[in-house]
Amino acid sequence: MSVPLTLLGLLDREPSHGYDLKRDYDAFFGRGKPLPFGQVYSTLGRLARDGKVTAGEAEPGDGPDRKRYAITEAGRREVESWLAQPAEPEPHLQTVLFAKVVLALMLGHPAADYLDAQRAAHLRRMRELTELRRTGPTVDVLLADYGLFHLEADLRWIDATEARLGALAELVRTSETGI
Amino acid sequence: MNDGDSMTTGRSGLSPAEPAPPPGAARGSMLEARDLLRAFGNTPALQGASLTVAQGEVLAVMGPSGSGKSTLLHCLAGIYTPDRGEVWFDGRRIDTLSENRRTELRRTAFGFVFQFGQLVPELTALDNVALPLLLGRVRRRRAYETAQSWLARLGLGDLGARRTGELSGGQAQRIAIARALATRPAVLFADEPTGALDSLTGEKVMDLLVSTARQEGTTVVVVTHDARVAACADREVMVRDGRVAAGYGAAAAAR
Repeated sequence: MSVPLTLLGLLDREPSHGYDLKRDYDAFFGRGKPLPFGQVYSTLGRLARDGKVTAGEAEPGDGPDRKRYAITEAGRREVESWLAQPAEPEPHLQTVLFAKVVLALMLGHPAADYLDAQRAAHLRRMRELTELRRTGPTVDVLLADYGLFHLEADLRWIDATEARLGALAELVRTSETGI
Repeated sequence: MNDGDSMTTGRSGLSPAEPAPPPGAARGSMLEARDLLRAFGNTPALQGASLTVAQGEVLAVMGPSGSGKSTLLHCLAGIYTPDRGEVWFDGRRIDTLSENRRTELRRTAFGFVFQFGQLVPELTALDNVALPLLLGRVRRRRAYETAQSWLARLGLGDLGARRTGELSGGQAQRIAIARALATRPAVLFADEPTGALDSLTGEKVMDLLVSTARQEGTTVVVVTHDARVAACADREVMVRDGRVAAGYGAAAAAR
């Protein structure tokens, strides 16, 4: 999740104060990991420095920041370009889990047990998301679906890897010995 | 519901004359498999499978094709008897029961939902749900009232007169769930209950199955290869090479 581009996108709706942006970010994108105020203001500062937003005059009142920020034409172009560009479809070959499996095989550790532990952790998370999906509002349902489909894909990979552990171990062994 | 059935005591479906469990039997467990061995000809299906399912638990049994997970379910449900090992249900050993008594037990204490082919296509949806009640000697009028209320509970109240052959896959599975739960079984066994459905329909069916079983306090054992289905359960076990993988066998309450 790109925080600068997301904040810029939120500003593309209408000029806003920092705390409004934080509130909307947390509601739609935070998912239990709220954006610290400090990061909101430092990000807005950098965006202003780069000419992507402008900061209005400070308004009277309490609070850490009473400035209203507005997106510039350059900022708007950046948001449009970001939205139109598809995300890189990564082959996921260098995931942490892949690295762990290969390392485990290299070190003679129980790779199958690690895969089991990962499967259990994935299913625990899927259980949480399934519950969220059952009880949550539409935004949560869509986000839970996204998470569930990705976790499901990981689990398929775990199953397939488990079925091929013997072949992978052989490959790791022969590669290591240079055969 | 099973009035007049001499074997039935409450929801366990067994008389109190059975021997008490040996010391060390898991307390609060509804089902237990102890070191089960089962072969088909020269092919071993179970090679020391042990498992405990707590009362009211929803358990997913996962594993690759041919791992023995369906055989384990069939042994737990008294459909197969193991070549070696023990199966306990509600504090009673069931693998040593006669074929007749196991049949009676399956009828009175267990419900079943399979992937497909379990409904009688010539009968209406309502007839299908009423069937196990009628076989359980429930009076006809009462059986049909109960069946109708179960159809309504699963959102099928207006489909009672339809023949099951005319229903969609998702509707047919919901009828199968209604039929399986109508006798208020202690345990519901489901073998790939969503295997023939698209993912969205399967999800709805599974959600209904689990939520209805939970409302009833029914213990559920569901065999599946689908992680989305397993995620509806309280816990999962992995069956591999005829055994329950290490760290998976004990009931959640006992862990």
